[in-house]
Amino acid sequence: MKMSFPIASDDFVQAGEASSKIKRILKQIGIPSGIIRRVSIAVYESEMNIVIHASDGEITLSVSADGIDIISSDQGPGIADLELAMQEGYSTASEEVRRQGFGAGMGLPNIKKSCDQLNIESELGKGTTLTMHFNLTESEV
Amino acid sequence: MSEYFHSVRLDKSKCIGCTNCIKRCPTEAIRVRDGKAHILEERCIDCGECIRVCPEHAKYAITDTFEMLRKFKYRLAIPAPSLFGQFAGKLSDIEIIATLKMLGFDEVLEVALGADYVSMAYRKYFQRQDVLRPAISSACPALVRLIQVRFPTLIPHIIPIESPMEITAYLAKKEFAEKQNIALTEVGVFFISPCPAKVTAVRQPVASSTYVDGIISISEIYGLIIRNHSKLRHFPELLKTSRPRASSGGLRWARPGGESIGFSNNISHVQVQGIDHIIKVLEQVEMGKLRNVDFLELQACPGGCLGGPLTVENPFVARVYLNQMANDRTETAGITAEEFQGIEDSGALYFNADIKARQIMRLDEDIAKALEKVEKVENLTQSLPGLDCGACGSPTCRALAEDIVQGLANRTYCTIELRSDVRKLAERMLEFAQHLPPTMEKKTQEAKKDEDE
Ligand SMILES: Nc1ncnc2c1ncn2[C@@H]1O[C@H](COP(=O)(O)OP(=O)(O)OP(=O)(O)O)[C@@H](O)[C@H]1O
Ligand code: SF4
Ligand SMILES: [Mg+2]
Repeated sequence: MKMSFPIASDDFVQAGEASSKIKRILKQIGIPSGIIRRVSIAVYESEMNIVIHASDGEITLSVSADGIDIISSDQGPGIADLELAMQEGYSTASEEVRRQGFGAGMGLPNIKKSCDQLNIESELGKGTTLTMHFNLTESEV
Repeated sequence: MSEYFHSVRLDKSKCIGCTNCIKRCPTEAIRVRDGKAHILEERCIDCGECIRVCPEHAKYAITDTFEMLRKFKYRLAIPAPSLFGQFAGKLSDIEIIATLKMLGFDEVLEVALGADYVSMAYRKYFQRQDVLRPAISSACPALVRLIQVRFPTLIPHIIPIESPMEITAYLAKKEFAEKQNIALTEVGVFFISPCPAKVTAVRQPVASSTYVDGIISISEIYGLIIRNHSKLRHFPELLKTSRPRASSGGLRWARPGGESIGFSNNISHVQVQGIDHIIKVLEQVEMGKLRNVDFLELQACPGGCLGGPLTVENPFVARVYLNQMANDRTETAGITAEEFQGIEDSGALYFNADIKARQIMRLDEDIAKALEKVEKVENLTQSLPGLDCGACGSPTCRALAEDIVQGLANRTYCTIELRSDVRKLAERMLEFAQHLPPTMEKKTQEAKKDEDE
């Protein structure tokens, strides 16, 4: 099963909707709640990164017996230094965005903690793609 | 008996099959079928939202009646703090308590005193190192059930401390039995309640056993108090023995913010009332937000327990009177460290079982089948008009799609669909009417020619 959700850049009102919809679907499938929790954190953070740092993008959910796969891709500016971006507390968010409560530099580190496998591809001027995998067997933290 | 007990019920004879309730239900637990509303047992959380919204008053809550008092040799009343805001400032707290005694209760202990204990327990809880933030208050049973059915991932956030009602029931029973030197079984404890959710919490506790034996609604006892309080002048001794013991903070638990009053400044808290707003906030918590908030005080009713479906006074008005009464109380209830320790050691203060998730959203027990159904629901939802009008008897187009996939509804329930089907049919009929059999074609052509000339 595969479904896509478009994400609009700078749209703070709709932000979080993809995460809500995906959560609902996973609950309907009957995925254990601990896994749903981790997926929704990862999707939400990816969604917010598109809204804040990139231009339009898309989040895709696929569920199969192998597990849950989430792909978040955007046509934004790309990430210059991936290693730096992965560090807790590193952020290039503007003062304005910070005042709204974002820009703690915790998004990517939390995504990494939430999923079982993470792959990030990013090219300057082209965009960023996050591929996240979640196992269906619950080895809870 | 069915698996679930519910306090909220439907009076079929009054229901006219309008769709007000299905649209308001926070767990999509109501459908209209055959012209009447039906409550889906496994989904209902007894929040009472439908009682508030039903224009026909067809939804009601079952509670125990005053008659039930007869079953016990001794009876104790434990009134919710919200009761004290109901009398427009005309009755003092002492008079309210004394009137309850006059009505047949051997002792009265305010649930506000249990709230004082719970406040102490909450403060102690936040000293622990392993608190999952934001911690969610557990006093409102409708809220706990909402989390069970819609936000099971958040169950570990619920503070595993009993509600003020439970602690008060335990205290009242124990104190009375010790003083009279009688068995606990001879004593019946009656909670005077603002809400149906408490009735369900007592009949079917989520995570513990209960010390409450019966529940009487505020709206039932209100009339009795109003009619009888003037007779107090014949019982002056009752007024002397009816001093309240709870603090101002304990009394304020009935109103928004009350649960957070005892916290020092270093415990940050957010207060939300009304189930719509609560759902939005819990959505955020599920996405990993609000981690830097220590305490989420959530009350299902707008205006807190003062807005409970079984109260009489408007919650905003009641709040003024409750505050006035609270201003005259002391700031602490004077609970000693030993007294607190005693309750803690008794085990009555903490949940004695885990809260379980209720997976109502799952479409099938088997994940592979559930996956198929999710896809079907998705496709069906896309093909429905998306008006969420409710005329089909399901709360939204998506809910109808789910009902269809589960075999509980039919596509023709959608009136818009039906209309467009009828239109298509009408168009085809018109088309048929224009195609005449060859035997008749000539005649009509001639007739037409005549007309033109
Ligand atoms: N999709 C993206 N496109 C471009 N740059 C990105 C993208 N995602 C992350 N970044 C860069 O990586 C940095 C770190 O991202 P991260 O999500 O960890 O923190 P943040 O978004 O700045 O703050 P927070 O997520 O805590 O609100 C961002 O500040 C930004 O510079
Ligand atoms: S807010 Fe109070 S009255 Fe309303 S459901 Fe919760 S406990 Fe009951
Ligand atoms: Mg981020």
